[in-house]
Amino acid sequence: MAALFSSLHRCCQRLALLRVARQLSSSSSVSRPPLHRRLLRFLTQRFYDVEELLEWSVRMKKEGIQKKNAYYGFTEQFYGSDIAAGHFVLNMRGGFRYTGQTDWFRANQRGKFNWDFLTYKDTPLEEVDMSYTVINYRGLDNLVGQQSLKTLSLRGCPEVDDWFLGRLHVFQNCLEELDISHCPQITTGGLAALRNLKGLRRLDVSSLPGISCPGLVIILLEEMLPHCQITATGYDHNLKQQDAEKM
Amino acid sequence: MSAWRRLHVVVWKAPGLLASRRVTEQLTWPRGHLALCQSLSTGRPLRNDFIKDLEAQLAAMRKKAADALPGSSWSPFEINPNLPPERADIVIVGGGVIGWSIAYWLKEKERVPKGVKVIVVEKDPTYSKASTVLSVGGIRQQFSLPENIQLSLASAQFMRNINVHLGVLNEDPVDLQFNHSGYLFLASEDVAHIMEENYKTQSSLGAKVSLLSPAQLKEKFPWVNTDDVALASYGLENEGWFDPWTLLNAFKRKAISMGVIQCFGEVTDFKYTVNVLKSPDGEFLGCRRIKSVKVQMPNSLEYQPVQCAIVVNAAGAFSAKLTEMLGIGSGPKGSISDIPLPVEPRKRFVYVVHCPDGPGLDSPMLIDYSGIYFRREGLGGNYIAGASPVEAEEPDTSNLEVDHQFFEDKVWPSLAHRVPAFENLKVTGAWAGYYDYNTLDQNGIIGVHPLITNMYFATGFSGHGLQHSPAVGRAVAELILDGNFTTLDLQEFGFTRILDKEPMLERNIV
Repeated sequence: MAALFSSLHRCCQRLALLRVARQLSSSSSVSRPPLHRRLLRFLTQRFYDVEELLEWSVRMKKEGIQKKNAYYGFTEQFYGSDIAAGHFVLNMRGGFRYTGQTDWFRANQRGKFNWDFLTYKDTPLEEVDMSYTVINYRGLDNLVGQQSLKTLSLRGCPEVDDWFLGRLHVFQNCLEELDISHCPQITTGGLAALRNLKGLRRLDVSSLPGISCPGLVIILLEEMLPHCQITATGYDHNLKQQDAEKM
Repeated sequence: MSAWRRLHVVVWKAPGLLASRRVTEQLTWPRGHLALCQSLSTGRPLRNDFIKDLEAQLAAMRKKAADALPGSSWSPFEINPNLPPERADIVIVGGGVIGWSIAYWLKEKERVPKGVKVIVVEKDPTYSKASTVLSVGGIRQQFSLPENIQLSLASAQFMRNINVHLGVLNEDPVDLQFNHSGYLFLASEDVAHIMEENYKTQSSLGAKVSLLSPAQLKEKFPWVNTDDVALASYGLENEGWFDPWTLLNAFKRKAISMGVIQCFGEVTDFKYTVNVLKSPDGEFLGCRRIKSVKVQMPNSLEYQPVQCAIVVNAAGAFSAKLTEMLGIGSGPKGSISDIPLPVEPRKRFVYVVHCPDGPGLDSPMLIDYSGIYFRREGLGGNYIAGASPVEAEEPDTSNLEVDHQFFEDKVWPSLAHRVPAFENLKVTGAWAGYYDYNTLDQNGIIGVHPLITNMYFATGFSGHGLQHSPAVGRAVAELILDGNFTTLDLQEFGFTRILDKEPMLERNIV
């Protein structure tokens, strides 16, 4: 009986140790998904219904983003492409500034905005701030007509990917400032597409998690866009490591 | 109903079989007890052994009986688990990117879940000689045929939304590692007018391409030697290169998750019937209908005939072998069955070179009118280069050996002439791959052979199969399930042009 107890005790101890080890390893490497995510995964592996529901919700989420990025054809027909673009920007909770104007039109925290922008007929946009919005490749259709766009900020946009950057060539004659920092989907392959923007003066590529060996990539970017001032912060750790290797 | 009752009977009997163990234990226990008491007896151990044997045999019998219950995978004959099923609706021969794309689209387009049973047969589980993974992986819109441009545009759109199409729940999203670097075609004086015409066709179909004069070219790419260049055309969007292996695996993963059966084996024979019809010209035509496909397992004599309704020939470079088995190309002179499938393997070399002073991040896939091409590979000053040999100097296709002399003689001089920085380079690696070369017009064959009523073709793409695979898969699935092309009209790629011997050539500058 005692032997049985001792073996049981040892077993328990080992289990506890294993759990600690797992926690340690998980905290050191990729963080574990939260409990509800894990529970859902567990359920999807066992029940088709849950899997179907989850797939459906993912699809709905994607469709919602696509719907938000729809082409504002109706507005364009009635108010012209400039106001349509402005309306799109405000609906996405972004901000913009008309050419020749000083004040910005911005949506507030709750997505409400001033409708006065409708009074500026046939005034193209000069600066557009789409930071932290869900703009994607499809939504760019609304901005393509803005051929005097000088500044575009796409800071922290989760849906901005390489294909989006590939399409920025439509602004190759006008765009001077571009901010694509903190975009999680951008990789090196997309940065190569910025070669078409020869008029670019300022480019912000800080904290892009998708690019590997950022030090080298930024040097190559500077080489590719010689007249452009490139800002790249948030890579300190990697750059230091490379320096250490060189020394 | 009676079958159900019988099943119940078996289940009722089963506990009896299983329970017999307890009975034997009861029988043996007193004997064992006795054996302990009378250990000196000589007869006992023998009888003990006998009972032990009996016990073991009974246990084995019980196990066999339990295995024979419905729901277990046991069968009286040993069966190779890798064998394909005996019956299927559609057998796709060739597990390259085209084959898997067709499988995916068939499943995507089926009206009811599990509506079609699709098997993909691939002869090489390691894909060591597959054209898909040995290709350079480029995609461009700069073709001259409207069909090819539309195929490229549709494929680029597919790749842009690849995670909507090929994303699997609870799996990592697909990262194609797409490099949006564009293609740059350079034309000399003689071929500049072709380039202009192509540019018009491409722009009218919505491809974003721009024409550059030599001065503009020099400004954009200072490292190019523009001495003998009259015109350049440069793709702005949807052009570049990607990782073929990722695309193949994404198609495969999604198709398997949707219920496509993967099978490794080689198709060595067909069982088919021949119907002799008389054509209006008085010619007798033997119409074949495939009944079953013989799939030979790799490295064994084992084979499995798979009964099927439709066969898709996506065997790439080796697709002519399949039609030979059906007697195409060996008929009487002058008849339709005398015309073989004009697809044959052609070997192409790809060289990896290192050049520290080469073009940087903006270097596109450059295609020169002399026939050479190169592109950047990674960021460390590595490049991939190659060229198509002239018709008379086609290399031997029996193996995938690389001819390094070809680089020295044909590729390097043109390469160094075009980009002077490549004068000092070092070849760091090389490989060879097969093109599924269409000897008639170097374009794909999509459709049904007039003499094989249930074999669909998607082959002969001559080097642009990978970039067109998403759109071609959709077209073939439409052809099979809807009966005709619904999104892109690819009627021109059918067999009519081959039977009439009217090539549909790309007007290329190369």
